[in-house]
Amino acid sequence: MKKSYKIEVDCANCANLMEEAARKTQGIQNVCVNFMMQKMEVEFCENADEKNVMKEVLKNCKKVEEDCEIFL
Amino acid sequence: MNAKQKKMLIRIIVTAILLIVFNFLPLQGVYRFLAYVIPYWIIGNDIIKKAINGIKNLRPFDESLLMAVATSSAIALALYQQAHGQAGDYTEAVAVMLFYQVGELFQNIAVGKSRKNITKLMDIRPDYANIEKDGKNEKVNPEQVEIGSIIIVAPGERVPLDGIIEEGNSSLNIAALTGESVPKSVKAGDEIISGSINLRGLLKIKTTKNFESSTVSKILELVENASSRKSKSESFISRFAKIYTPVVVISAFVLAVFPPLFRIIFTSSPALWSEWIYRALTFLVISCPCALVISIPLSFFAGIGGASHAGILIKGSNYLETLSKVKTIVFDKTGTLTEGVFKVNAVHHNKINEEQIIEYTALAESASTHPIALSLKNAYKKEIDRTRISNIQELSGYGVIAKIDDLQIIAGSEKLMEKYGIEPIKCRSCGTIIHVAINGEYAGHIVISDVIKKNSAEALHRLKKLDIKNTIMLTGDMEKSAQKTAESLGIDRYYSELLPDDKVRKVEELIDGKNIVAFVGDGINDAPVISRADIGIAMGGIGTDAAIEAADIVLMDDDPLKISTAIKISKKCLKIVRQNIIFAIGIKLVCLVLGAVGIANMWLAVFADVGVMIICILNSLRTLFTGGKD
Repeated sequence: MKKSYKIEVDCANCANLMEEAARKTQGIQNVCVNFMMQKMEVEFCENADEKNVMKEVLKNCKKVEEDCEIFL
Repeated sequence: MNAKQKKMLIRIIVTAILLIVFNFLPLQGVYRFLAYVIPYWIIGNDIIKKAINGIKNLRPFDESLLMAVATSSAIALALYQQAHGQAGDYTEAVAVMLFYQVGELFQNIAVGKSRKNITKLMDIRPDYANIEKDGKNEKVNPEQVEIGSIIIVAPGERVPLDGIIEEGNSSLNIAALTGESVPKSVKAGDEIISGSINLRGLLKIKTTKNFESSTVSKILELVENASSRKSKSESFISRFAKIYTPVVVISAFVLAVFPPLFRIIFTSSPALWSEWIYRALTFLVISCPCALVISIPLSFFAGIGGASHAGILIKGSNYLETLSKVKTIVFDKTGTLTEGVFKVNAVHHNKINEEQIIEYTALAESASTHPIALSLKNAYKKEIDRTRISNIQELSGYGVIAKIDDLQIIAGSEKLMEKYGIEPIKCRSCGTIIHVAINGEYAGHIVISDVIKKNSAEALHRLKKLDIKNTIMLTGDMEKSAQKTAESLGIDRYYSELLPDDKVRKVEELIDGKNIVAFVGDGINDAPVISRADIGIAMGGIGTDAAIEAADIVLMDDDPLKISTAIKISKKCLKIVRQNIIFAIGIKLVCLVLGAVGIANMWLAVFADVGVMIICILNSLRTLFTGGKD
C-alpha cells in the first residue's frame, strides 16, 4: 500500500537523513522523500497499521532532524 | 519569509549589533570571554544542539558538527591566547557562525522561493469541480466526482476532469499542458482534457474519467516524481560529499598535529601550536559541501520545471542528463515528421471503377485503427456496413485479407501480393500504395499520401545546429516516398519498408554503448522502439496512455520543434551543473591551499563557503528560463 504525505524540511541533506530514518522504521517497505516537492512517498508492509507506523516514522525523523515535520 | 526564517533573521541582527557594541567596549579578562559567549550562544545554539545530536546518531561528519567544532575551538584558542597575554580574538568565531547562519538563511529562502516558482509553473491542479445539484452549483473536491457526472466549467475556470462536452462552445487555453499559446476552440461533442482553462463560454461536461486517471493527475504525478530519479551528476555529488568531508577533516587533523611536531623534532624551533590549530579550523569551515549538495538537484529540478512549462514532460533527472549527450536521433516518419493524416490521392490501373475499389478496401480495413485505414474510411464517405464483412485477417506490416460479399479481397503491400502469387503493377508515384486483388486477381492500387509537418524541416535544421551528428528516419513506407521525405527534410539516412520489429532491430543496431540514441515516435504503434532506445521521446502525449507509459520524455503537442527545445534545455541544464561543480570545487580547493599555507583566515573561509553557495544557487535558477522562447 502506498501513501503520500506532505512534509516540511529545510535542507536537501536533512531530507536524505529523514528518508534513511524512515526506511529503518518497522512496518515500512520503502520510503522516498522528495525534497523539491516537500513530499514523502511511503510504501507500507502488508498488514501494517498506517497510523502507528507513521507516528514511529515521525519520531525517528525527529531524532535525526529536529525541525522536520510530517503532516499526518 | 516564514516564521522560522524571521526568527533566524532576528537572531542574526541581534548578534551583529552585539558584536559591534562589544568591539567598542573596553572589556578585559574573563568578562571579555563571557560577553562574547552571549552572541555566540544566540547565533549558534541550534547548530551546537544539532552537533550533539549528530554525535548521538553516530554521524561524525555532520556539517553542524564541523561548524560547532571549528567555532568553539576558535573560542578556546582565543581564551588560551588571552591567558598567555596575547590579544585573544573572540569576534572571529562568532562572526564565522554568524556568516554561516546568514548563508543558511539565504539558502533556505532561495531554495524555498525557487521551489515555489517551479511548482507554480507546473501547477495545473484544479482545486474544485462544480456540480449541478437541485438547480444550484455546488463546489466539490474533484476527487469525489464520479465517472459520468455532469460538471460545469465557467469562463476562467480550469477544467478539473477529462470528459466530453455536453453543452456549450468555447475556446480553451491549453498552454499549461502543451506550451501552445493559441487557444483551441471546442464545441458540444468534443473531448475535453483536464488542466486546460475555459476562456469564454459556459461548458457542461460529462466526465469520462475519475480524477486519478484524468490527464491532469497523470501529468502532475509524472513531473512531481521526476526529481526522485537521480542523475549521474547527482549521485556523483553525493558520493563526492561522502568522501570529501572526511578527507578534509582528516587533513585538518594532520595539519594541526604534524607541522608543529615536525618543528619540535627536526628544527627545534617553537611549535606554534595555536597557529597550526587555527589553520586546521579554517579547513573545517571550508569543508562543508553544501553549495554542491543543494545546487545540483536544484538545477535539474529547475530544468524539469522549465521544460514542463514549455509542454515537455521529462520523467527524471537521469533522462535530462542523457538527453544532453544524444548524438543520434532516430525518427519515426508517420505522425512524427509528417502529419499522420493520410489522404487517398489516386487510384491507378483499376479494372473496376474507382469508387468500388475504395469501397472494398475501406470495408476490408474497417477493423483497423491505423491512419491509412481511417483515410480509406474517409474516402469511402458512407457508413460501413459490417454485415458484409467476414473473415478479417490482419497481417501486421503487410495488409489485410477479408471476405466481402463473397469476394475475397486482399489489400496491402507489394510483398503481400507476391506472397499470394499475384503480380502487382508497380507505381511510380510517391506515398503509400495499397495494392488490391479481388478473388486472386489484381484489381489496381490506391495511392495514399501523407503531408510533412510544417515545422519538420526547421526542426531538423535546429537539431543539426545543436550538434546532433546523425538523423535517421525509419518508416514502414515504400522506398520512394521515404526517399522523397528524407531528401526534402535533409535527413542523413533513412530505412524504408520496415515492419514494427525491424524498427526495434534497427535501433538496437545503432545503440553500441558509446553512441546515445534517441527515438522520436508518436507512441501509437512504436511503444516497443520508444522503450528500447536510450531516450524514448513520444509526441502528442495528450490522451495516449501508451506513449506516456513507454516514453522517457513526452512532448505534449506534436510539434517537432519541441525536440530541439528539449535538447537545448538539457544542454543548458547540464552546462550549469558542470559550471557549479567546477566552480564550487575549484574555489574550495583554492581556499584549502590558501588556508594550509596560512594566507586564508576563517573570514575568507566562511565567505568562500557562503558566497559559492549563493552563486551556485542563483546560477542553477537560470535553467528555469530556457523553455518557451526560441
